Amino acid sequence: MINNAALTDLIVKMADDELIQGHRNSEWTGLGPMMEEDIAFSSMAQDKIGHAWALYRILHENLEGEDPDRFAFVRPESAFKCSHLVEMPNGAYDFSLIRHFLFDHAETVRYESLRDSSFEPFQQLSKKLKGELKYHTLHANAFIMQLSRANEESYARMQTALNETIALAAGIFEPAAVYEDLLIDEKVYPGEKELYHRWLDRIYPILVKASLNLPDMDSITPEFGGRKGFHTTHLGPLLKEMGEVFNLDTEASW
Amino acid sequence: MMMSPVISQEDIYRTLEQVMDPEIPVLSVIDLGMITDVEVTGPNSAHIKMVPTFAACPAISYIKDNIRTVVENALGIAVTVEIDKQVHWESNRMTAAAKEKLKNFGIAPPQTVEGEMQPEIMLNTPCPHCGSEHTYLRSPFGSTLCRAIHYCKSCGQVFEQFKPLE
Repeated sequence: MINNAALTDLIVKMADDELIQGHRNSEWTGLGPMMEEDIAFSSMAQDKIGHAWALYRILHENLEGEDPDRFAFVRPESAFKCSHLVEMPNGAYDFSLIRHFLFDHAETVRYESLRDSSFEPFQQLSKKLKGELKYHTLHANAFIMQLSRANEESYARMQTALNETIALAAGIFEPAAVYEDLLIDEKVYPGEKELYHRWLDRIYPILVKASLNLPDMDSITPEFGGRKGFHTTHLGPLLKEMGEVFNLDTEASW
Repeated sequence: MMMSPVISQEDIYRTLEQVMDPEIPVLSVIDLGMITDVEVTGPNSAHIKMVPTFAACPAISYIKDNIRTVVENALGIAVTVEIDKQVHWESNRMTAAAKEKLKNFGIAPPQTVEGEMQPEIMLNTPCPHCGSEHTYLRSPFGSTLCRAIHYCKSCGQVFEQFKPLE
């Protein structure tokens, strides 16, 4: 029997990443640099919030968790376990695009690893999301490639955005405070360290094709803390805005 | 004396052909391959299992309710509808007839996925308007989660496609 607290910890951090990244993506709605990009970020927002919902539902149905809507909107900031990467404001399109590229490949290796999970609901979910995530990484790869090859300015902006985002992205792979070995031993998932290496193997060939230089990963310090409930100053305002309507009447049936 | 009608599985399947997708009104839930099981549970009741196409499909509760009310009203029985967690929807579940209807509606149908889906499958998608394969993928995301946007270089039209999904 897998430890429920360990499973809950893993699911919450995955789901919170999806929810917050989904919210950030949705902020591009109406503001995308061109119509197709506006639609793409809005669609991916919908997908990611859907993934968060599926995970909150697993908590609710399998692990005696709270109702998904309440869990998403009523928790205090310190109960969120998202990474610092997803909390960051969208900034310029170059940052949002690089974040999308780094996050969606991380998401892909994570869900792929869950195909073999000893926790059965993960197997179902990973099958469902696999095909959808393919479209997200297809989109990210295409734009990374196009902008890196377009002209000097766009190339320089992509490289700068990559340099500035990589430590945040490495922060996705913050190991669980107490449950990491247990989850690995129980074959729930292969662990953050393993996923981190799979992720690097996945993004490296695409960066090479785009002639972008992956910073020396041994010299960067991953931005950890999010998984333990320590957040940047950007999360608070985001949660307030995100829960604004729900919190008008938390007992209402939406 | 009135005999109470005995509802068969076939009656239910036939009725489900009338339940259309709200976003693509020429396709029924049968065409889309969304129905995974129909069980007659008693003289006046049935249980239907279905799967959503995309995980975050916003129309799913609407479709679920629609299935229930259409079958209940048409056959006068009580129906429960459940999301089937054991079956995974893939675009290969769509029937050949459905693909033809989709094309005639102006949306390119999904290509058949063989094995692991490669992004190249999206290249040179035949244009539903002129049939040309001189097309390119403009965005893997369209007006709904299940659609992509392509451009036809032969007739100069932008068109949508129901995306292949494994």
